[in-house]
Amino acid sequence: MTKVIKILGTGCAKCQSMTGVVQDVVSENNIDATIEKVEDMMEIIKFNVLTTPALVIDDVIIIKGRVPSKNEVLALIN
Amino acid sequence: MFDWLQNIADWLVLDVLNLDKGQQLAEALNFFIYDTVKILILLSIVIYTMGIVNSYFPIEKVKNYLSRNKLYGLEYLMASLFGVVTPFCSCSSVPLFIGFVRGGIPLGVTFSFLITSPLVNEIAIGLFVGLFGLKTTIIYVISGVLLGTVSGVILQKLKLESYLTPWVKDVMVTAQKDQDAFIAEKQSLRHRLPVIGQEVLKILKGIVPYVLVGIAIGGLMHGYIPAGFFEKYMDKDNLFAVPVVTILAIPMYSNASGILPIVQVLVAKGIPLGTAIAFMMGVVGLSLPEAMLLKKVMTFKLIAVFFGVVTLSIIISGYLFNLIL
Repeated sequence: MTKVIKILGTGCAKCQSMTGVVQDVVSENNIDATIEKVEDMMEIIKFNVLTTPALVIDDVIIIKGRVPSKNEVLALIN
Repeated sequence: MFDWLQNIADWLVLDVLNLDKGQQLAEALNFFIYDTVKILILLSIVIYTMGIVNSYFPIEKVKNYLSRNKLYGLEYLMASLFGVVTPFCSCSSVPLFIGFVRGGIPLGVTFSFLITSPLVNEIAIGLFVGLFGLKTTIIYVISGVLLGTVSGVILQKLKLESYLTPWVKDVMVTAQKDQDAFIAEKQSLRHRLPVIGQEVLKILKGIVPYVLVGIAIGGLMHGYIPAGFFEKYMDKDNLFAVPVVTILAIPMYSNASGILPIVQVLVAKGIPLGTAIAFMMGVVGLSLPEAMLLKKVMTFKLIAVFFGVVTLSIIISGYLFNLIL
């Protein structure tokens, strides 16, 4: 089943590096997933996170406020 | 602690480049080499340490604690201290603000956090230690925390809730005291360190050009402006100096890392430290990009009152520093 990965963040440096990490992990491991960047503030607030960037996989908030490593993301996706 | 570095700088300038001691170019170059390396070392240490703290700091827990407990005024100080340790990325300010409001935390307490968070951040602390030494840094941090606390109390007293944007008021009505089960993240320090290290490098890369330009200009001024030059214009008795520099500082946010090295030279050449600190607080603490972001949650009037109160507090602390230092 295709996983839905969302990255919440208005476009600051940390949000961009999180997007980069996630994109790398997905393409390097041929993971069946869609990556969506959520940049609209009102949308982000609906997720009830205090800090961005946040990583959301299949509607569950996994990481907030920091950039994860590739291995961590891979483990979380599986 | 940095004697070895001074020796290297002396050796490079006097022996390798064969310049004469006391020559203006030699002095300026020596200052540039010594300051650059020292500041980069200290900046890396401070950003790295704060990165580790940030990585473990339970933001949700603190927020829930603040919204559950009545602290008889201490909540302002707590929110302000909380601002020191939180990683401040300006794009987090709106989600945090809403999270606080949603948790039923008073507006003034939220302001305490919003003021201190950018004012006392890892980059400012790192540069401060490098440029002004530990004592001045501690004074800066403590006054930043107090400034956030006091301004928060004042803003709460002004009862500004009605100036929030309508949708935020709706959020406020439905505020819940207890919520958000905190999911602890299980990642060992060993796994986190490399990622934090990469972040430090990225932050440094972003600010190093500014710091270098700032130190280069500072180095030139250091070599060419006579000591005490500014005392004529900006001594402690000049009452206009503090407000003028504070207001000038507000639009300068993006170049904070370049401005601090220049300010250090200005202090060395006779500008009173309190005036300089007021200037730096204006640079780091209040910024137009931040105001633009806050526009989503506050009406223009509220932002104006917020900036006004903080500006006033900065000016007052500038005067106080000039009196006591």
